[in-house]
Amino acid sequence: MIAKVGLDGHDRGVKIVARCLRDAGMDVIYTGLHRTPEEVALAAVQEDVDILGISILSGAQMTVFPRVLDLLRDRHGSDIAVVGGGVMPDEDVSELKRMGVSEILLQDTPPQAIVESMRRLVRERGPR
Amino acid sequence: MGRAIPPLALVQPVLEGRLSAVARMITHAESGEEDCQEALAEIYRHTGKAHVVGITGVPGSGKSALVTRLCKALRAGERSVGVIAIDPSSPFSGGSILGDRIRMNELVTDPGVFIRSMATRGALGGLARASLSGVDILDAAGYDVVLIETVGVGQDEIDVVQAVHTTLVVSAPGLGDDIQAIKAGVLEIADIHVVGKCDRSDAHRTVTDLKNMLAMGHGNSQGYGWQVPLIPTSSVSGEGIPELLAAIDGHLDALTSSGELEQRRRRIAQTRLLKSAENILRDQFQRHHDRQIAELTDRMMAGRTHPHAAAQILLNQFRSERKP
Ligand code: B12
Ligand SMILES: Nc1nc2c(ncn2[C@@H]2O[C@H](COP(=O)(O)OP(=O)(O)OP(=O)(O)O)[C@@H](O)[C@H]2O)c(=O)[nH]1
Ligand SMILES: [Mg+2]
Repeated sequence: MIAKVGLDGHDRGVKIVARCLRDAGMDVIYTGLHRTPEEVALAAVQEDVDILGISILSGAQMTVFPRVLDLLRDRHGSDIAVVGGGVMPDEDVSELKRMGVSEILLQDTPPQAIVESMRRLVRERGPR
Repeated sequence: MGRAIPPLALVQPVLEGRLSAVARMITHAESGEEDCQEALAEIYRHTGKAHVVGITGVPGSGKSALVTRLCKALRAGERSVGVIAIDPSSPFSGGSILGDRIRMNELVTDPGVFIRSMATRGALGGLARASLSGVDILDAAGYDVVLIETVGVGQDEIDVVQAVHTTLVVSAPGLGDDIQAIKAGVLEIADIHVVGKCDRSDAHRTVTDLKNMLAMGHGNSQGYGWQVPLIPTSSVSGEGIPELLAAIDGHLDALTSSGELEQRRRRIAQTRLLKSAENILRDQFQRHHDRQIAELTDRMMAGRTHPHAAAQILLNQFRSERKP
């Protein structure tokens, strides 16, 4: 599942990511713009997704990701890998990974690298 | 949640309606693995309470927006709703972008609504292979109404009618050829016709066209005394939604009082049986016969056999291998 949270209207990147994952044979649920962390976390649990990807180009990463991780823990969704993309500073990236975000892929990541990294996350998690 | 919970251990939490268990059980059903069949069988024993409603219609006719409205109306009456929303897979990559949910986001924080997206993954007929197991799971979990949004259909992809109690066919203005785009076969399956987007100024024409087509004999009364209604709705203004909900409930009443409900239950059971047999055969076939298929294709290419004869050979090989 790929989501945009908050007022962030930059959706070019997510749409590209959604298409390249589909073209790699994956099912991609796109939530559309302006979702809340609650909506995204609950939807991810209902859909029982392998990966929840959130794209952020608004600078809100340090509030959005911790909230989503908390919500997933509350809703029995902690085996869903959370992944980030967009524009954010390096120090935020390492802090977010420390908090439990599995992977963050910033601008200019080639599509193939995104596909590979999603496959690797599912492989590493194993069957569930 | 721990790793690899055995499917059987999920049955009780599913029956109690636990969201994450319902979600995981549907994932198992989608995987089609053998080891979830026992759990699905157990769940099947607890089905038969929900009113199952199919919503079909050409792409872009407003099915998802309508589902959202219906969910809200059902919730206002304190009924819980499960939704299975189906979108097509790409025939090239096998992947999909599932977009129905975009219109349903506002429902997600309501614990009385459960929405699940499914890709067709090559299944024809407007449903996905696991759609009906998904319906079972939602039914057993206690959702009062289960709505299935099929992939946008235009022609004869109308499996849904064999799988639900009540079929809604959604038409709408502004989709090119309008009503012509819906072929007679799709019109005939409707228990209820909906003309969506009636907030648009050109909607009255769609209503008139559809009325004319129905008057021309594409059945608007059904054997058990149900007159197929035509209900204009708008998912923008909410117009027509109470009438639609009343018609959906009215249809279930008509089914129940006439005995037609039992007929439909039987038809659904039979469809399930045949579909399952088909799936089992196709799986066994594809798993074991790649080599024979390639060889026979070579022979056809070389002009040494033709499709029917090659198919006979293939099936004979299949049958002889399956003898104990
Ligand atoms: C195009 C653009 C716009 C367009 C957006 C059009 C659209 N519909 O998307 C418009 C003109 C509308 C716009 C508006 C604004 N923008 Co602007 N915009 C950009 C710009 C130039 C490029 C973004 C882009 O499309 N990149 C191309 C795509 C393909 O890349 P991407 O999104 O990064 O995605 C890639 C990866 O990040 C990754 N990825 C992305 N998402 C995900 C998700 C997952 C799950 C994964 C795995 C990977 C992944 O994969 C993609 C491919 O590699 C950036 C500058 C920049 N260098 O990024 C500024 C930028 C993002 N904008 C910025 C700003 C400030 C704004 C405005 C607030 C400006 C204003 N004052 O009005 C508004 C806000 C609008 C809003 N409501 O959000 C700032 C954000 C600053 C910040 N984060 O602190 C930036 C960084 C410019 C800057 N240097 O200041 N913007
Ligand atoms: N004016 C108006 N537009 C509507 C209405 N319902 C839906 N739409 C618009 O019609 C478009 C398609 O709506 P959806 O609900 O996604 O249609 P759908 O039938 O689910 O589409 P697919 O699932 O892709 O086949 C969207 O742009 C909606 O905003 C309505 O009642 N009135
Ligand atoms: Mg839809």
